Amino acid sequence: MSATTIQPSSVYLQDLLASQSHLAVSQQAWLNNLRGNAVEAVSELTIPTLRDEEWRFTDLSMLTKMSLQPAHTAINLEASDIKHFHIEEATTRLVFVDGVYAPTLSNIEVQGIVVGNLAAELAKNSALLQQHLGLHASLNGNVFTALNTAYLHDAALIMLPRNTQIKAPIHLLFIASQKDVVSYPRTLVVADNDCEVTVIEDYVSLQDEAYFTNAVTEFVLADHARVQHTRVQREGAKAFHIGSCAATLSRSSNYQSVSVAMGARLSRYNLNIKMAEGSECSADGLALISARQLADTHTLIDHAQPHGTSRQLHKCIVGGAAHAVFNGKIMVRHGAIKTDSEQSSKTLLLTDKAHVDTKPQLEIFNDDVKCTHGATIGQLDNEEVFYLRSRGVSEEQARNMLTYAFGAEVIERIPVVSLKRSLEKTVMQQTSVQL
Amino acid sequence: MIYPNSKTILEVRNLCASVEGTPILKNMNFTVKSGEIHAIMGPNGSGKSTFSKVLAGHPDYEITSGTVLFEGKNLLELAAEERARAGIFLAFQYPIEIPGVNNSQFLRLTYNTAQTHRGKEELDPLEFDDFVREKMQLLEMNPDFLDRSVNAGFSGGEKKRNEILQMALLEPRLAILDETDSGLDIDALRIVAHGVNQLATADNAIVMVTHYQRLLTYIVPDFVHVMEAGRIIKSGGKDLALELEARGYDWVSEEYKAASRVAA
Repeated sequence: MSATTIQPSSVYLQDLLASQSHLAVSQQAWLNNLRGNAVEAVSELTIPTLRDEEWRFTDLSMLTKMSLQPAHTAINLEASDIKHFHIEEATTRLVFVDGVYAPTLSNIEVQGIVVGNLAAELAKNSALLQQHLGLHASLNGNVFTALNTAYLHDAALIMLPRNTQIKAPIHLLFIASQKDVVSYPRTLVVADNDCEVTVIEDYVSLQDEAYFTNAVTEFVLADHARVQHTRVQREGAKAFHIGSCAATLSRSSNYQSVSVAMGARLSRYNLNIKMAEGSECSADGLALISARQLADTHTLIDHAQPHGTSRQLHKCIVGGAAHAVFNGKIMVRHGAIKTDSEQSSKTLLLTDKAHVDTKPQLEIFNDDVKCTHGATIGQLDNEEVFYLRSRGVSEEQARNMLTYAFGAEVIERIPVVSLKRSLEKTVMQQTSVQL
Repeated sequence: MIYPNSKTILEVRNLCASVEGTPILKNMNFTVKSGEIHAIMGPNGSGKSTFSKVLAGHPDYEITSGTVLFEGKNLLELAAEERARAGIFLAFQYPIEIPGVNNSQFLRLTYNTAQTHRGKEELDPLEFDDFVREKMQLLEMNPDFLDRSVNAGFSGGEKKRNEILQMALLEPRLAILDETDSGLDIDALRIVAHGVNQLATADNAIVMVTHYQRLLTYIVPDFVHVMEAGRIIKSGGKDLALELEARGYDWVSEEYKAASRVAA
């Protein structure tokens, strides 16, 4: 161990909270309360260690050695600096730089729905916000969600009134531009009855030094709402990224999520989906990591009512001395009869030092359900390599192509064509495929 | 078709091969001349699929003795991809799916690899598109297949057509069709067979490995061979296939055993 003194968790958290009191007091009492409760929650929690069951593979000690401040310098990015992050189909785009809303970089074209920054929408939509903001992502035992909530100020809001179908995807772009900064991206999506919307949550970086993104996202789906959620984590190489997403589904709603984790030195994604009667969800994921990266995904699909359907395919491609973690819990509660759930975790280890800890967890308190799960870990299939070689493709190229294809199976599920293509290209580069 | 004075394409002599120490091929002898169509038949486990994989260079099989000459050159010292580039093609019984790899890009990659090896010009995407669409007509394939991922979500019949499309593009000297009829309905079988017949010339040769006679109604072989326990125990003309269909394999086996006893 190095000579650096590791601060006790409480001191570290106090430091992180130091500038919280600088936040302007909101005119909305409920928001001040929400923040206040979160500050209190932080004071009762600690930074998790390897001794915590939920964090036993993900060592945060490196994070606690960093001295981090919220960004306080003004945004000095031009539209041209971030143009390469644009997604063709997404004409509506909310951009946050180091957690701060950037109106000049954003573009709002969609009409008939609420879309914008929390600060601007707060007064107009106070009642609806009060009903949902912070009420889906639990602070309970989650110090990072509590920290994010304590700093709640700017946030991406998408709220669709009853029976609104938005065809073009909405792009939420969170850009890290400064080092040693902690940012608290926050998102709330509320889709009322029969709404349809596609949301892309995208974390990117313009620099390679260390920083910390601590993001919280909440999705609320009313009856029969259909939401497609694509999450892309492509942070800088030395970044720390911890994100939590809570999706609360109502009767016969449909939530389809694809999350891709390829950036950050250390990343953790918690996805909690609360199912309702007749609701459907998919929660697919791909972690593509190498060198000394760690990518940890924890998901919980909670079938609390009858007739729910869930599908999950989680894949990891692990190279170098990287470490992937997957913990996928499917809960079928008492009374959730006719639950139909399939879960599959597949990992490709590319080197001897690559490493995965995968744990599918099924907890069923009920008869009359159909639940399957399975996990595979391994190298490429020799028959598949042989097939490509029998077409004249060299062995190396065949292996690269199959590695790429392993990941592409998840990427192909992204419902936005240009994003799918650009991620395919990224994966091709990382797997050295030439076509 | 049998042509007079045609060149020998493949010559297998006393070939023995094993997988993980278990012998599978035992003194296999087999000769193919250009223009010919051969059918290798036999019950499950007779070694016929292994034989096709051994010819294509599957790394799991160890050659313990014997020789294989392909156009006069030692085939056994070539890696699988080198054999493909030299003109051997294996149509798989279960072609693999490659999600995220566009079929058109994949076909162009394999085509251009073969072209480069033959010292011929590569085709750019536009030129290739015209070329491949023409070949697809031969197999009555919808051009939509070009934009889909390789074999991903294809039906059994679509996968087999995609295999024969690759054969049409690569123009192999020796095409080995491993159980190509399995999983095909009668219409698909006719289309695939028609495609293969169109591709048969005086300069190439085709070896069909099949369990059933069905395919041979549409692609009529010049020679039919029966394999058992890793070797060919009987060879004949196309009528042999019909006899096998009617009588099964047991009589061939009995006949072979009797002949072996006499020889001993």
